[in-house]
Amino acid sequence: MNIVKADNVVYKYERHDEEGNVEGYTTAVDHVSLDVKEGTFIAILGHNGSGKSTLAKHINAILSPKEGTVWVDGLDTAQEENLWEVRQRAGMVFQNPDNQIIGQVVEEDVGFGPENMGVPTKEIWERVEESLRAVGMYEYRKHSPNRLSGGQKQRVSIAGVLAMHPKVIVLDEPTAMLDPNGRREVIRAARGLNQVEGVTVILITHYMEEIVHADQVFVMDHGKIAMEGTPREIFSQVEKLKELRLAVPQVTLLAHELKQSGVPLPDGILTRKELVEELSKVCRSR
Amino acid sequence: MIRDITLGQYYQTESLIHRLDPRVKLAGTLIYVITLFFYKNFVGYALAIFFLATVIRLSKVPFKFMVRGMKSILFLLMITVLFNLFLTPGTPVFTLWKLSITKEGTSLAVSMALRLSLLVIGSSLMTLTTTPNNLTDGMEKGLGFLKIFKVPVHEVAMMMSIALRFIPILLEETDKIMKAQMARGADFESGKLIARAKAMVPLLVPLFISAFRRANDLAMAMEARCYRGGEGRTKMKPLKYRGRDYIAYLILFLFMFGSIWLGRLTLPMLMVG
Repeated sequence: MNIVKADNVVYKYERHDEEGNVEGYTTAVDHVSLDVKEGTFIAILGHNGSGKSTLAKHINAILSPKEGTVWVDGLDTAQEENLWEVRQRAGMVFQNPDNQIIGQVVEEDVGFGPENMGVPTKEIWERVEESLRAVGMYEYRKHSPNRLSGGQKQRVSIAGVLAMHPKVIVLDEPTAMLDPNGRREVIRAARGLNQVEGVTVILITHYMEEIVHADQVFVMDHGKIAMEGTPREIFSQVEKLKELRLAVPQVTLLAHELKQSGVPLPDGILTRKELVEELSKVCRSR
Repeated sequence: MIRDITLGQYYQTESLIHRLDPRVKLAGTLIYVITLFFYKNFVGYALAIFFLATVIRLSKVPFKFMVRGMKSILFLLMITVLFNLFLTPGTPVFTLWKLSITKEGTSLAVSMALRLSLLVIGSSLMTLTTTPNNLTDGMEKGLGFLKIFKVPVHEVAMMMSIALRFIPILLEETDKIMKAQMARGADFESGKLIARAKAMVPLLVPLFISAFRRANDLAMAMEARCYRGGEGRTKMKPLKYRGRDYIAYLILFLFMFGSIWLGRLTLPMLMVG
């Protein structure tokens, strides 16, 4: 069985009028099916309100589906008795770095998850050290989280999840509140986890640049999966992405525009390096 | 920078007192404060001053930090001293118009002043040598027995430590909201007290909303990390008594019994009141 599997998941939010009566329902996730293989790097892309965060919260059992089923490592997330097991196996990092750090010292925050799980003291220290090293924050272990930059705080949050030894880490727009430097740090840390530690990473984002290295990309729109494929497959459909109100990376956009005006370039160019290579090929052939 | 503020008033240094288990310091402060109320003669106070001075020396915290705490009670101290000085009946020593200072009044005023100052300095010594974090840990473990009476000790300690973590964040946020409103012409500085209090309302509303939002996010993040109360939880930094803590307890009890015994002896000339 795959590490995360969603089958026809539906989630509706209640809409309330001013007196608090239920007015109607907003369908945030609409019959979504998803299969994630262990050890892969998955990206879920979508603009605001596309339902991607709601879907992410299902993987950590914060929300349970109104219809359909979500399995994490073979456990049904809707079952009450699986709750803590699911949350340990599928860790989650949220958007706002300030609102998810509990400890007053970096190392204490990283130890929070293992403490909750009842891990013996000696092992907590080992886990904290190894997790902080994995995200490159070990030398900050004695610092107060208030004095770290946004990117550093998010790396501490990632370490906090990693210390629980999860099989999957869901990153719910971890870079939305960060500057470009912080964003790069966090994405690098997430890729490191995937490649070095072999943890399955599910990255939720609306920045197209961040999904370039993903193994598989899902694009969500109005609660449905609108596109699915490798980054290259996704990026070769520039017009469709624009329709879904997603900002295509500049390099891809430039390549697309050049192709439109007659330069023989392949579809789905992802990085600057690729574009340079392709362009020099074109120049040489002339 | 607003994020540099120190919480409580912890003074960072390495000393024997800093290294003591927070439970010892909490119990010690309690014992010390209670003993202060038992003295009937000045020998007891002399002993307490000597004890406090020794602990301050051991803690390596500069004395001026203790005095800082005194500033806030200066007014209270003066009122206490003046009232005791003039309004205690007894043998008058000095009469000024209708008010007279009595012999009993003088000794009572001196003892009250001593008691108050010793109380404040002693308890601020605890907060100066213990990090807020350690303090909540100490309370959680030290008051753990209250769980039998259904007191949610762990929850209260967790709330305190979360509050401590969020104070600087909320302060920073207040600062931001204030600046944003000042940029649009809000005036927080001029006007009478009531006008200024009214100007705070538009500041508090967004602050509260954001605090609730943060609380909501934090609760979700804690649950996502398997938080489910104190039950079955282990500690990364468990509190453990060491040899020095037992010695400290011994000294504390010796001080308590010794000074209460001496402080309640009837000694002519040295009696309070």
